[in-house]
Amino acid sequence: MRHLLSVRDLTRDDAVGILDIAEDMAAVATRAVPKLPTLRGRTVANLFFEDSTRTRLSFESAAKRLSADVITFTAKGSSVSKGEGLKDTAQTIAAMGVDAVVMRHHASGAARTLADGGWIDASVVNAGDGTHEHPTQALLDAYTMRATLHGGAARGRDLDGLRVTIVGDVLHSRVARSNAWLLATLGASVHLVAPGTLLPPGVSGWPVTTGTDLDAAIDDRPDAIMMLRIQSERMHDAFFPNEREYAREWGLTDDRFARLPADTMVMHPGPMNRGLEISSAAADSARSVVLDQVTNGVSIRMAVLYLVLSGSGGVA
Amino acid sequence: MTALTITGATLPDGTRRDLHVDGGVFVEDATAGATRIDADGLQALPGLVDLHTHLREPGFEASETVLTGTRAAAAGGFTAVFAMANTFPVQDTAGVVEQVASLGAQHGYATVRPIGAVTIGLAGERLAEIGAMARSRAAVRVFSDDGKCVSDALLMRRALEYVATFGGVIAQHAQEPRLTEGAQMNEGELSSELGLAGWPGVAEEAIIARDVLLAEQLGARLHVCHVSTAGSVEVLRWAKGRGIDVTAEVTPHHLLLTEQLAASYDARYKVNPPLRAQEDVEAVRAALADGTIDIVATDHAPHPIESKEATWAEASFGMVGLESALSVVQAAMVDTGLLGWADVARVLSAAPAAIGRLDGYAAPFAVGSPAHLALADPAARRIFATADLHGRSVNSPYLGSELPGRIVATVHDGVPTVLDGELRPAEEVVHGQAA
Repeated sequence: MRHLLSVRDLTRDDAVGILDIAEDMAAVATRAVPKLPTLRGRTVANLFFEDSTRTRLSFESAAKRLSADVITFTAKGSSVSKGEGLKDTAQTIAAMGVDAVVMRHHASGAARTLADGGWIDASVVNAGDGTHEHPTQALLDAYTMRATLHGGAARGRDLDGLRVTIVGDVLHSRVARSNAWLLATLGASVHLVAPGTLLPPGVSGWPVTTGTDLDAAIDDRPDAIMMLRIQSERMHDAFFPNEREYAREWGLTDDRFARLPADTMVMHPGPMNRGLEISSAAADSARSVVLDQVTNGVSIRMAVLYLVLSGSGGVA
Repeated sequence: MTALTITGATLPDGTRRDLHVDGGVFVEDATAGATRIDADGLQALPGLVDLHTHLREPGFEASETVLTGTRAAAAGGFTAVFAMANTFPVQDTAGVVEQVASLGAQHGYATVRPIGAVTIGLAGERLAEIGAMARSRAAVRVFSDDGKCVSDALLMRRALEYVATFGGVIAQHAQEPRLTEGAQMNEGELSSELGLAGWPGVAEEAIIARDVLLAEQLGARLHVCHVSTAGSVEVLRWAKGRGIDVTAEVTPHHLLLTEQLAASYDARYKVNPPLRAQEDVEAVRAALADGTIDIVATDHAPHPIESKEATWAEASFGMVGLESALSVVQAAMVDTGLLGWADVARVLSAAPAAIGRLDGYAAPFAVGSPAHLALADPAARRIFATADLHGRSVNSPYLGSELPGRIVATVHDGVPTVLDGELRPAEEVVHGQAA
């Protein structure tokens, strides 16, 4: 695997292969010295044009557990805030000798532009591009669902028949986009629930079903429900009247949470707005796998870095 | 001034004859010692007229100048261009429009007719000195805030009423600003997949609908820039059916390319209005064929490399189009059987000249008419390359694509600006015009 830019580039077997390698990586974490020498001498650059402490830390620890050297670049207070563009920043970092670039960028398609631009030779891992995709998030979500369902017998399996409901700001969510396609590739059925203003135009072409009624979706007894973060700026742009109405109509309130089947996984990509899209009771319940998502994120990112940097691997 | 004898050209009406030029006009008989141009197998067209060009000078000379832009125009068979007002300073005073017009006249590759801004600084707040620009030596007749929409309904009403005093027309960039905040590409399934903010067709259609109703109410003349959607075509068809005095243009790229190109995130395909869906392409083609859309205009929009070597959202909108326009029209309209060459002559010369009140294009090839013409070889095919571009910028969406046809010669005011497919040197063109 040369780059990881979009989950659309992954076949079912590719995706299952990544999840399986992540299983191996997860086993490393349980060792006395949770570290592999695999990427010793290789350098991974974290290029974060947009703040994301969690994703950055997750990639950093993944690289370090594989013994790679890590350099981190964040836009704040850097040359980017002085007007430097993607091309120059990327070339500067590449000139320092990096083997892989993990990039978070506020512009959709930025990872593709970097990979296709011919500016650098390094592999590119998309750590979130605008409102387009966040492939490692979808992979860690799929991993979490698979592990929760199948435990130690997860290896080699996909998500055939799993019913996943994703709720919230689908329009602006790279997590929803990556999940919609990856979960479909893995055989799950995905249902998106949001106010009409936050469902993308043309969503009918996605491999999902959609609705606006969260109560109906809950009565449908999904296997997993994923609540998306509501950005505060949406409130000021007429997508919905205010937080109270949003929470009443599309929040996972205590009442809705109580109506979910006992084994429905509750997921959230974080950071959570407690009391808005998810109640504290739901977030902190035994059914919440939010912290598993964080833990699994490191394993998934280890697998992805291993695959793009090892040249050949289980994934084409 | 050079005398020319052009032999064996096929005219737009399909007849084949020799053309004679002397003293800057078509003449009956060959002048002794005239330069001979063999046009056997070539299609003669009246000099092409572009109602929508961005020449960028003054202010953005890194992208284009009047000289480089008119050289690009000549290379594409154009002999007149209307230069959009979004320069810096903006073409909103008599001084600036006169400067732009005189630069064009000084270089001689094409007639440059500046377009005046509708509002001061294109800010959409107060009317620019439309009268002063109309009465200036630049004799401005087309007014536009292109790049921005005159979105304020009252201001648009006043502008439509006011330009009539000077025989002018408002060329509207139809884009409802609130519906297109941050917009990056055509709104639809693909924009949602790509995570790029959508530019919905209704933002164009709503403004056109409002403006044709205003034009009807006021008995005013309206021109609509770069029509891009099937819905806009429907509104225009309705308006023309009611006898409203509206004309409309379509760009070559909206006749040929679709939004699918955005999937690469290659910013060469980023343009405003955006590339649309296949059904929109088919609708604007049909509209150009049936006269609902009157003309083709390039919206030639040069940008330096650094403006396009960026993420999609950060890159500039726009494509260069002068050098490729006729080839694209041939591919989209002629080779598909939708238009004949007489129609091409209309939509790329006579009709835009009429809308812009540009004299000298009403009776092409007639004895006594100014000698503006282009000779094209419709049988040629070429892989379009940067060597085919003659402006200062290379942001063409066609690089690497095969296009039909090529310009073999262009004659502006009796002076060859292109011969044997090559631009003539600047000194020769200047000298020819002065002679």
